[in-house]
Amino acid sequence: MTGAQTLGALLPAVPFGLALVGLLLPQRSRAVAAGLGIGGAAVALVCAVALAVTVDHGGTESAAEWIDFGGLSVTLSVRLDPATALVAIAVAVVALAVQVYSVGYLHDDDRYAPYAAQISLFTAAMLLVVVAGDLIMLLVGWEVMGICSYLLIGHDRRLPEAPAAAVKAFLVTRVGDVGFLLGIVVLGVSAGSFRISDVLAHDFSPGTLTAACLLLLAGVAGKSAQFPLHTWLPDAMAGPTPISALIHAATMVAAGIYAVTRLFPLFERAPAALAVLGVMAAVTLLLGALAATAQDDIKRVLAWSTVSQLGYMAGALAVGSPPAALFHLLSHAAFKALLFLAAGAVIHAVGSNLMSAMGGLRRPMPVTFWCTAIGLGALAGVPPLAGFWSKDGILVVAEQAARHHAGPAPAWVGWLVWIAGLVGVGLTAWYAARLLLRTFLGPSRAQTHPMDASAGIDAPATAPAHTPVGPPHDPPGLLRWPVLLLTVPSAALGFAVFVPPFRSALALDEAHLDAFLIIPVALLLLGAGLAWWRWRADPAADPATGLGPLRPAFARAFWLDEVQHALVVRPVRALGRLARRIDETVVDGAVEGTGRSTAGLGGGLDLLHRAGVPRAVAAVLAGALLLGIAAVALGGSA
Amino acid sequence: MSLGRVGLVAVLALPALGAAVLAVLPHRIDRAARITGTAFAAAAFVLSVLLALGGDDNWFGYRPRTAGGPGVRPWHELDLTWVPGLDLRFHLGVDGVSYPLVVLTALLTLLCCAYTAWRVPAPGRGRTLVALLLVVEVGIVGTFLALDLVLFFLFFEVVLLPMYAIIAIWGGEDRQHAARKFALYTLFGSVLLLVGVFTVVTAAGTADLVDLTGGGELSRGTQLAAFSLLAIAFAVKSPLWPLHSWLPDAHTQAPTVGSVILAGVLLKMGTYGLIRVAVGVAPEGARWAAPVLGTLAVAAIIVGSLVCLAQSELKRLIAYSSVGHMGFVLLGVATLTATGIQAALIGNIAHGVITGLLFFLAGAIKDRAHTGALAELGGLRESTPRLAGLLGFAAIASLGLPGLAGFWGEAFAVVAAWRVGGPFWTTLAVLAALGGALTAAYLLRLLRRVTHGPATPAVLTLTPGLAGAELAAWGPLVLLALAIGLAPTLVLGYAEVPVEALLEAIR
Repeated sequence: MTGAQTLGALLPAVPFGLALVGLLLPQRSRAVAAGLGIGGAAVALVCAVALAVTVDHGGTESAAEWIDFGGLSVTLSVRLDPATALVAIAVAVVALAVQVYSVGYLHDDDRYAPYAAQISLFTAAMLLVVVAGDLIMLLVGWEVMGICSYLLIGHDRRLPEAPAAAVKAFLVTRVGDVGFLLGIVVLGVSAGSFRISDVLAHDFSPGTLTAACLLLLAGVAGKSAQFPLHTWLPDAMAGPTPISALIHAATMVAAGIYAVTRLFPLFERAPAALAVLGVMAAVTLLLGALAATAQDDIKRVLAWSTVSQLGYMAGALAVGSPPAALFHLLSHAAFKALLFLAAGAVIHAVGSNLMSAMGGLRRPMPVTFWCTAIGLGALAGVPPLAGFWSKDGILVVAEQAARHHAGPAPAWVGWLVWIAGLVGVGLTAWYAARLLLRTFLGPSRAQTHPMDASAGIDAPATAPAHTPVGPPHDPPGLLRWPVLLLTVPSAALGFAVFVPPFRSALALDEAHLDAFLIIPVALLLLGAGLAWWRWRADPAADPATGLGPLRPAFARAFWLDEVQHALVVRPVRALGRLARRIDETVVDGAVEGTGRSTAGLGGGLDLLHRAGVPRAVAAVLAGALLLGIAAVALGGSA
Repeated sequence: MSLGRVGLVAVLALPALGAAVLAVLPHRIDRAARITGTAFAAAAFVLSVLLALGGDDNWFGYRPRTAGGPGVRPWHELDLTWVPGLDLRFHLGVDGVSYPLVVLTALLTLLCCAYTAWRVPAPGRGRTLVALLLVVEVGIVGTFLALDLVLFFLFFEVVLLPMYAIIAIWGGEDRQHAARKFALYTLFGSVLLLVGVFTVVTAAGTADLVDLTGGGELSRGTQLAAFSLLAIAFAVKSPLWPLHSWLPDAHTQAPTVGSVILAGVLLKMGTYGLIRVAVGVAPEGARWAAPVLGTLAVAAIIVGSLVCLAQSELKRLIAYSSVGHMGFVLLGVATLTATGIQAALIGNIAHGVITGLLFFLAGAIKDRAHTGALAELGGLRESTPRLAGLLGFAAIASLGLPGLAGFWGEAFAVVAAWRVGGPFWTTLAVLAALGGALTAAYLLRLLRRVTHGPATPAVLTLTPGLAGAELAAWGPLVLLALAIGLAPTLVLGYAEVPVEALLEAIR
């Protein structure tokens, strides 16, 4: 193994080992647990940086056999290239920030030790996905991440909806994973190996390849919250805020996008799959943005914005540009982690998730205000923040696919992604501006909380995660430093497009600064301006009132949850009850019935044998007579 | 006599001796007797592990095979004349297919004996319970080791009565009914097994499994008849839907250690018999019946999971989950490919480890809370976080999370079915994969009911600590679930050669 390969193997191994130790700790041993958690993330960060320095540009790969199933070999292998290293750095940075932040955020939680260990496990699983050189290894990391999200979303015992949200997150992604597993099976069985390099080198028939890619996309839709499997992500807000940052920024939702970039040479040869991905991306992008406009829960706004941004990344993949998708993944990781951690500070200070209970926090919380403003600016794509460059990259490739038919997908996919992306820019600017105005500016509404009229149609008012002590203030150091740290890449990562090594690591094109740039900037100004104009008229009112009759539809995300409940959950439950009844009455009933009827038959025969003396004597004599006749008849014939 | 042969006999003789010693020990030193029994179980376990040494065809020394050899090539073999007049032979052997199962049996018996040494279920008489467990071990290990069909049948039957007694004496409220149902139902299977065994023996003129494997001597008609009889007999034991309905009652009513042995290794006699005896002896019959077997296996996966979704009792839910999990194992066997049979072997072991652990935990919860109704349980993590954590681990392992033991068998049963190809097997693979999602649904429902939410009155009063004996009984299973998940070679490293030998013989 070369140095780079050892580093690649250590990336998931170190946090995994420390997570196992952490899970065995007593629940209340905070200091050791914090040390293990932060240490694991820090070592992973060091390994990732070292990997970025040492890895060859062409990539490197190691392989050792893990197990052989009747000629199908599964390998333990790492597959490393500069893009891998960059994603690993992003994962490790966010994990480190979340671990440090959690020490402060969960200072009064009596189950901190397993929580920190589960974050380490989560990090290890994501890093395994990042470095995996074998599809089965990738699947291991993929699903372990799912179970970690389940455990962490269900962590908070004070939220009655947390257990249901946790189960939903795992099951919705698991349904997608059925497709993912089958996709892997199709690829592995056809190629005779699960190793990614073998799979990429294999010459599949077009039908097999399209089927495999579509099946994989089901898993990607589940993990990366693409329509129609996006429903778990907003509910996952029941998890502690640092967990939301972890899930939304660098792990879990990033895995789906990343897995497609890893296998992109396959997708490139399956335009039908790319077209499906493009439609999914456009729907997700708009759905998420529209739903974000009408939420009152600050975390839900951010959650829906994640759905929407994932739509951008999937759109970039659909028009054939994994580099643009990865670049947006990196910048999104920075600004979304920043936004969630800053939102956590706000929630910590106010004691509520609802924006209707906030307002006017700019003066008491200046640091949080400026950090949030930078994060929202990056999200909306305000030049020159990170999101501007990465989103512009996606719009440029979509525009080229649409107008010049560049890339593997049909031109209409390019048009779809481009137009949806442009509309999305305006919507994003609108809801980002609304979030900033409602939370930090205008009069404080802290007293009117919690049951104002507008809360009724939104998400159910959640129990406050923390009881605030005194007036709102900027968070203490443990919470503040991670936020400040993340502000740097959120603001400046975009300039990396001018750094040739970064560009070549992602295989990114040079930044385009042409006339088409005016469109998104204009839409950005339009969206933000409309929100500001509405707020300006009445600073106490929610700009979302401007949505009019559409507001409930947006707030409930077009009732897709209810649709899912009616079409999937209830029928499956009914089927379960039916299966149980049939199993108990028919299948087991036949068995019990056999037993009972045998016993009954025995009882009947028993009765027949219980007779009075006269009848018994008559029966014996009759028997003797019959035997005698038989003997005579047989003897006579002999 | 080589050491290996001594080991083969000793693995059977030690638990038998232990049971005999316990039977003569006086009644008043019950605790000492239980510990003595545990010591015998421990010695048998150590010996069973050592069986791997000295074999020249296994993990430790791979020997290239000569083409066209027999379908069973044991590492250690013992072949004695037993009843010369009837041509019965005492023929034992161990190879990579049986070895992991023998070790698992010895391990679970040891853990159950140790658990009983710590706590005896009502109505007491722990000495007798330990002795019966040891007798059950003799029967199960003998079944896995026997290389003579008649001997196989005898060991297969040895298990029945002690298990009946375990359920009928130490079981729950409805124990008599459950025990009777278990005994009669499996006896029905045994009758078919007996007829099947003698169909084969009279047609082939030998009962030796090494000679019989491959089925060369038997006509097609005999093979079809023999496979049908044997397969139904083993399907009752495994159990295969729709012949499973003895299982939920027996598992639910049995005492904790009884459920662990039942789910952990007793069911494996069925799947092992299917691979070694039914498929080995009547391969043509197996090929003929494979689609039926595959269909029923997938039906078991789906129906078992759906029934679990609607279950309201903890132990009954886990019992039904066995139906689904064994469905994956049987699907692997039904493909009649190396991938499928290897998946079945590792699925067998994984199910034994994980479901054994689940039953231990369910028993601990029921002992503490005095109820198994899901509606009355809840918030376990508030009062006994360690127990809740272990239950969470076991449930997650059971839902086939990649990286833990359960994953390999289930995922590769799907792979094997897909690999067979054609619309029929592809459909089976897809349905089985969907069953995987349903499995996750019912296990998470179980966790949500039992561990999350506010603590119910039944749970609120529990003390958080776990006894040392409990940790000692559960710890090895937790470690194995993780170790087999990370290093499946632990099980399959031995199996590759014998599975290929079997497939070569039945081709």
